[in-house]
Amino acid sequence: MSLLEITDASVYYEDFQALYDINLTVEEGEIFACIGANGAGKSTMLKTVSGVLTPRRGTILFDGQPIDHMQPHKRVEMGISMVPEGRRVFPSLTVQENLIIGAYRGRPGPWTTDAVYELFPLLEPLKKRQASGLSGGEQQALAIGRSLMSNPRLILMDEVSLGLAPVVIKRIYDAFPTLLESGCTIFVVEQDVQHVLTVASHVACFLEGRIALQGKPSELTNEQITAAYFGV
Amino acid sequence: MDWLNAATQGILLGGLYALFAVGLSLVFGTMRLTNLAHGDLTILPAYVALMVVNALRFNPFYSIPITMVIMFVFGYLLQRGLLNAIVKTGDVNGVIVTFGISIVLQNALLLGFTANSQGLDAGTVENLSIKINDRLAVGWLPLIIFLMSLVVITVLQIFMGRTKMGRAFRAVSDDQEAARLMGINNKHIWAVAMGVALLIVTIGGVMMAIRTTFDPLLGSQRLIYAFEAVVIGGMGSAWGTLLGGIILGLAQTLGAQAFGSAWSILVGHVVFVVILALRPQGFLAKTVTS
Repeated sequence: MSLLEITDASVYYEDFQALYDINLTVEEGEIFACIGANGAGKSTMLKTVSGVLTPRRGTILFDGQPIDHMQPHKRVEMGISMVPEGRRVFPSLTVQENLIIGAYRGRPGPWTTDAVYELFPLLEPLKKRQASGLSGGEQQALAIGRSLMSNPRLILMDEVSLGLAPVVIKRIYDAFPTLLESGCTIFVVEQDVQHVLTVASHVACFLEGRIALQGKPSELTNEQITAAYFGV
Repeated sequence: MDWLNAATQGILLGGLYALFAVGLSLVFGTMRLTNLAHGDLTILPAYVALMVVNALRFNPFYSIPITMVIMFVFGYLLQRGLLNAIVKTGDVNGVIVTFGISIVLQNALLLGFTANSQGLDAGTVENLSIKINDRLAVGWLPLIIFLMSLVVITVLQIFMGRTKMGRAFRAVSDDQEAARLMGINNKHIWAVAMGVALLIVTIGGVMMAIRTTFDPLLGSQRLIYAFEAVVIGGMGSAWGTLLGGIILGLAQTLGAQAFGSAWSILVGHVVFVVILALRPQGFLAKTVTS
C-alpha cells in the first residue's frame, strides 16, 4: 500500500478550477517533487493534502484511509505535516516556543527540540529570540523544524527555497537524508527545478492544473521536462 | 487629604475596570473579534449569581466560582455555536452580530428581571473599611476587587506564557492558518478564549454587583470603560490594561474631586481622547507582526 494515493482529484477556488483529475501516488520513504510554473497548481495540490483545501471530486487516501474531508489538525494527528509557503513561523513566539507548538498534536517519534537543534545548529543560539527577528533562512529552518516536531510520516514542503541564498538552500537540502532516516516521506513543491531533480526519487510536472509528465528523474530527459514545464 | 482619598479610590476603581477589560482584550487578541456585547456580558453574571444565590441561599461570594463555571460554559457554547461562524468573515460581521447579541441580552434580562435595580447582599463586608486616618479610608470590597485584578492578570500571564494552551492561544493569534497546520483546532481555541474571557468578567461583574446595585442597561457604559482601558494600556498587554484601567479610574475620581461628581465620567472620557490622540498605540502595546 502506498502512503499517499490521490485519485481523480479536482480542486476549485470557488468557481475557478485549479486542479483537473489529478492522479498521483507517493510511496513511503521517497522524495516526491512537484515542479511547474507559477499558477500550475503545485501549491494547490499541497494545500489539498494538508487540508487547507478540500477536493470537490476525487479521493485522497493516506495510509489507506480517506482523508479528503478531514480537518487539517486531524491530519497532523495522522502524521501529515506542512511547511507552508512563506514559512509562516509564529512571529511573537520564541524559536523554542515555535518548535514546541509543532509538537502540539504530539505523535511519538524521534524528533525533539534537541534533535532539531542538532539538525539545524544555527537555531540553537536563537532559542529565546522572537521568530519575527530571524532572517529568511533561519525562519525557513525553523519552519521545517517546527513541522518535524509533530513526527510526521509525510512532510509537505511548499517552495522551501523561495527567496533564500544558495548556501542556505543547500543547507536545507542537505537535511533531507536525515529526514528520510527518521522515517519521513518528503513531498516537496519547487520552482528551483535543477536542484530538486538531483534529490527527488519521483517527479511530477504540473501544467495548467494537470500533471503533464511524471516519472523517475533518471528516466526523464531535460527536453521532456522543459516541454512539460512550459507546455510547448 | 481629600485628593489622596480620591486618588486611592481611583486606583482601586482601575482594578475593576481592568477586570472588565482583560476579557475584551483577550477575545480581540486571539480572534480579532470586537465584541460589542462584552458590556452586557459583564451584567449577565450578576444575574446568574443572583439566581444562584436565590436558589441556594448562601453568601454571594460563594456564588462566584459557580457563576464562573456557568459563564465559561456559556462563553464556550456561544463561540462554538455562533461566533466561530463569523470570525473569519471580517470585522464588520463581528460588530453587527455582537451588537445584536447585546440587544438580545439586554432585552432578555429586562423580560426576566424587569428594569428595577437589583443587589447582592453579602452582609457587613460591604461597608467595612480600613481606616488609615480621619480622612482616608479604604473599603474592603474595593480593595479585594483590586487585589483580585492583580491575581487574575498574574494567572493569565502565567497561563499565556507557560502552558500548552496559552502557547496555542498566541500561535492562533499570530497566524490562524499556520496554527491549524500545526494541529491546533482554532475553533476549540477561540471557544476556550471566549470562555476564559467570560470567566474573568464574572469576577468583576459579581464583585461589582455586591458593591453596588445593577440593572440590565448598565452594559454599554461598562463596554466603553473596558474599551478605554484597553486602548490606553495598549493592545496585547494585560498589565497595560491594568494601567489603562487605573488611569481611567484616576481621571474619573480626580475629575470628580476637582469639578464635582457630575464631571467624573466626562473627565474620564476626555483623558481617554487626549491619550488616544497623543499615543494611539497605548502605553504598553506588545503586538508583534512578521
